[in-house]
Amino acid sequence: MIEFLGVPLPLFMGQLLIGLINGSFYAVLSLGLALIFGLLNIVNFAHGALYMVGAFVAYLLLQFIGIGYWPALILAPVIVAGLGMLIERFLLRPLHDLDHLYGLLLTFGLALVLEGTFRHFYGVSGMPYSIPDSLAGAQRLMVPTWLTGEDPVFMMALPNYRAWVIVASLIVCTATWILIERTKLGALMRAATEKPDLVRAFGVNVPALITLTYGLGVGLAAFAGVLAAPIYSVNPIMGSNIIIVVFAIVVIGGLGSIGGAIVSGFLLGVIEGITKVFYPEASNVVIFVVMAIVLIVRPAGLFGKGA
Amino acid sequence: MTEPLLKVAGLNAWYGESHILHGMDFEVRPGEVVTLIGRNGAGKTTTLRAIMGMVKNRTGSVLLGGTETVKMPAERVARLGIAICPEERGIFSSLNVTENLTLPPVIAEGGMSLEEVYSLFPILKERGKSQGTKLSGGEQQMLAIARILRTGAKLLMLDEPTEGLAPVIVEQIGKTIQELRKRDFTILLVEQNFRFASSVADRHYVVEHGNVIDEIANEAIDQNREKLTQYLGV
Repeated sequence: MIEFLGVPLPLFMGQLLIGLINGSFYAVLSLGLALIFGLLNIVNFAHGALYMVGAFVAYLLLQFIGIGYWPALILAPVIVAGLGMLIERFLLRPLHDLDHLYGLLLTFGLALVLEGTFRHFYGVSGMPYSIPDSLAGAQRLMVPTWLTGEDPVFMMALPNYRAWVIVASLIVCTATWILIERTKLGALMRAATEKPDLVRAFGVNVPALITLTYGLGVGLAAFAGVLAAPIYSVNPIMGSNIIIVVFAIVVIGGLGSIGGAIVSGFLLGVIEGITKVFYPEASNVVIFVVMAIVLIVRPAGLFGKGA
Repeated sequence: MTEPLLKVAGLNAWYGESHILHGMDFEVRPGEVVTLIGRNGAGKTTTLRAIMGMVKNRTGSVLLGGTETVKMPAERVARLGIAICPEERGIFSSLNVTENLTLPPVIAEGGMSLEEVYSLFPILKERGKSQGTKLSGGEQQMLAIARILRTGAKLLMLDEPTEGLAPVIVEQIGKTIQELRKRDFTILLVEQNFRFASSVADRHYVVEHGNVIDEIANEAIDQNREKLTQYLGV
């Protein structure tokens, strides 16, 4: 069997794949979080809970209306984005002029309420959500002969759905990056981040822009939730399990940095996966070790302003 | 007499507990260039911000083309055809020059085209891809003025456009203001540089302690030289 750095290749590649899949979720979630922090200056503690709500909306659409995975992949983020816009308009907007700590406390409370509500109705054991038929099965990936110089050697089994998760995350992250960095709407969002009063004085409805941005950010969280539903079970605590890691990734990327959130998300997912191969005991803390090192060396984060 | 485009009456404004404007009264007629002059801290910048709706806590009356705006948010005030070029220029560091220039939405017909703006400020075309805040002070000032010319606003409020600039740039900005006057823009200018103000304006309002204490026509400057020296402390 071919080995890579003393580890069987299928094992190494399998963990690399898991790392990439986790990285896909980290990237989409931290992107939404960075977007919200960038414009609203709010550390959105409800982000993990809204990721969970996204998965539950997909589950409930299937259970009660029979709407399957593909329509739910669009519908659930739209529904959760609508919920997010209501949250921003009626709960967060009254706090805009107060210290940002109030926004953090409110979203933290909101996360507890959302999680507690779903826990009350569905417990914590998790609900199954099937992989769509069109993405069932897996591909056997072989090491190319030009690399081995002999017959093809088995490298790994790549489940179709997991490959789709990586592709979908890349598409969504790229599309969001283009929206923020290359469009007029994105320019307005970036400008409103810097000088909201002046952008308002240009005739732009900045409060509406903020509501829209919050909706977009939590819509991304819900999208990640739907993507995650068939891999992990739909569970009220799925958000709280991941959110602390996502916060660490946003800090590593640079608070509010869109590109930083995407790159760090994928990168740290892979680092976490590789750590599982070589030193499994450290895999749960490696992201926080990286965060500590980054904060010492580049306090503004890898891609943050002033870095 | 022509109806004023901007009529401010009894305007009060507060920053938190601090009462800054104490009943400002003045007006600007269409096509005029009018300055607010006064010492540092007199309330000139706050007046512009209060007119624009950027100071939330304000009372009194601000009539813009006959419409009362004192209760309106800034974005609605702007859509009545008024634009501001702030004191610190307000260039966005996350945007390049072209993005800064095209950021403000067009709020009315009759704004300059991008080509017309470039003909007034050719340097902005050359520096289009540069980060806005990497420009020199003079170039940033041109960019700050240029970007509100596209919007279709007819009343432009320029807050100390010559502050900290080299004489040659100040002269260029003066020429630009004269050019804008020819194109029927109405301009409300805040200035501390009285020599500059007198070279471009029709009338001057002297502001002190958040109030208008005198009005001087530009042609009457020489007769009021001593009074002005006293007002401005120069």
